[in-house]
Amino acid sequence: MSSAIKTVEQPAMRRTSLFLRRPNLIIGGAIIAILVIIAFVSLFWTPMPPGKMQIIHKLKPPLAQGLLGTDHFGRDVLSMLMAGAWNSLSIATVAVAFGASLGTLLGVTAAALRGVFEAVAMRANDVIFAFPPILSAMMLGALLGTGRFTAIIAIAVFMVPVFSRVTVSAASQVWARDYVLAARGAGKGGVLITVEHILPNIANQIIVQVTIQLGLAILTEAGLSFLGLGMAPPAPTWGRMLADAQTYLATAPWLAILPGLAIALTVFGFNMLGDGLRDLLDPREKGRT
Amino acid sequence: MIVLLLRRLSSLLLTLLAVSALIFIVMDVLPGDPAAIMLGTSASPDTLAALRHELGLDQPLIIRYALWLGGVVKGDLGNSYTYGVPVAGLIAERLAVTLPLALFAIVLSVAIAIPLGVASAARRNSAVDYAAAFVSQLFIAVPGFWVGLLLVLVFSVSLGWMPSGGFPGWHSGFGPSLGALLLPAIALALPQAGVLTRVTRSAVLEVLNDDFVRTARAKGLPRRAALWCHAVPNALVPVVTILGLQFTFLIAGAVLVENVFNLPGLGRLAFQALTQRDIIVMQDVVLFFAALVIIMNFIVDLSYLYLDPRLRGRSR
Repeated sequence: MSSAIKTVEQPAMRRTSLFLRRPNLIIGGAIIAILVIIAFVSLFWTPMPPGKMQIIHKLKPPLAQGLLGTDHFGRDVLSMLMAGAWNSLSIATVAVAFGASLGTLLGVTAAALRGVFEAVAMRANDVIFAFPPILSAMMLGALLGTGRFTAIIAIAVFMVPVFSRVTVSAASQVWARDYVLAARGAGKGGVLITVEHILPNIANQIIVQVTIQLGLAILTEAGLSFLGLGMAPPAPTWGRMLADAQTYLATAPWLAILPGLAIALTVFGFNMLGDGLRDLLDPREKGRT
Repeated sequence: MIVLLLRRLSSLLLTLLAVSALIFIVMDVLPGDPAAIMLGTSASPDTLAALRHELGLDQPLIIRYALWLGGVVKGDLGNSYTYGVPVAGLIAERLAVTLPLALFAIVLSVAIAIPLGVASAARRNSAVDYAAAFVSQLFIAVPGFWVGLLLVLVFSVSLGWMPSGGFPGWHSGFGPSLGALLLPAIALALPQAGVLTRVTRSAVLEVLNDDFVRTARAKGLPRRAALWCHAVPNALVPVVTILGLQFTFLIAGAVLVENVFNLPGLGRLAFQALTQRDIIVMQDVVLFFAALVIIMNFIVDLSYLYLDPRLRGRSR
């Protein structure tokens, strides 16, 4: 409570020092910014074409051939990692965007309508939540075939209950506020109140949740492509690079280390950014996990 | 109390029913005729029709669902299309690997997380706290299956201390079996430990400010005793909650880690069933996993009542 008051009282002039006192935000933001830039750059330029095989240069260690070495087909590891960044980030972003939109819509609707709709929606959430994304992806993979689309759907489906749970509890709290009562007294309907009062007041919590879920989505996408349930080859993904590396653990350990570092760094970045954003945007939750 | 229990139980059953219906419908829309898969491409249409009839595949959806569910309730999960053995037996056999693996991982993660979380809460903003925060962030960020790969790289490939995978089976003795599960359990435990450490830290911090801890200190109880006897037990509720909720991720992690270490567990069974289009096995394993998650959440709900007697009077 006290921290909430403090944050409000701080004048806008002190913004810069506020940012400097939040290493999480800076470190996380920097990591993600760099990764996003790399991902976009990979669309136009990579040291080598990521799919180009040069069997004579296969399994070369870092610096012996290219900056980070080559894989069992002689493909340039750095180029594959760069292209993998785009594949991972784009799948995670689209999946979280779908899940967050649908989940938020479900959550604010449940908070506005309450009653039977809320009960049914929350029960449906329990049902969906019982399927780990890996399992849904296996079922969907058998149904739709594996690929980018399946990975996105499997991750997005799991995100829906996550976001609707967060929004329903946050939105219900806002609905109990006096200014919402006043808005109702003024004759505003549920849709208008949700757009004008509820959504702006829960936006911060949703933003924080989006950041954290992006990290989780990256992990899940990596797991899916590790199992061969992600994007189809030859599109390079960090998960499949790890799966391929298993065969060459003894001869080419860097193949097993580098993609994992990329995944861990991305998830670390999103989590730090999420923590920093939570401290900044949602002071009530400060100190919580 | 009993009314509360009955209400929770009925909602549990309803959720399970919905989950089973969802799985059945999704799997039914799957392309691929199980009869055609069993007989291969050279089968005549007549044989195919006969087998479809024998498997009950020519019946309407609702009847097949009822038959499947009725079987599940009686413990008859049907026969695997590819292995030709009862699925219940297959699951039991694979569960003997996955369940000990999951339990091992939970024990390891709690053994790491509780001391780390409590230490970091007790010395807030100290070097210990910052180190623990960094370590837990790191644990959360690393994919379990990658940790598995690195462990194999270090302990099997480089040092040669540990097998790189496989499972000798419990019949070959407790020691070797547990040894085969050690690296996978570590790989599975680290991400969980990261999450749990953070939850433990914030839960203990919250409780440390409570009046009863201050009273305990005022009574002359040493800091350590006040911490472990009063603060920690009261901070356990959120820790148990997260432990239960993380179960979903533990199962997802097990599917991956079992594939890294070639463990003949349930996750590998599901994966093999997927590649072989063994729909009945897939259906049963997914139902089993989903039911496990739901029952776990139910147990977490009940454990609140045990851990926090104040909740017993309330019916939510």
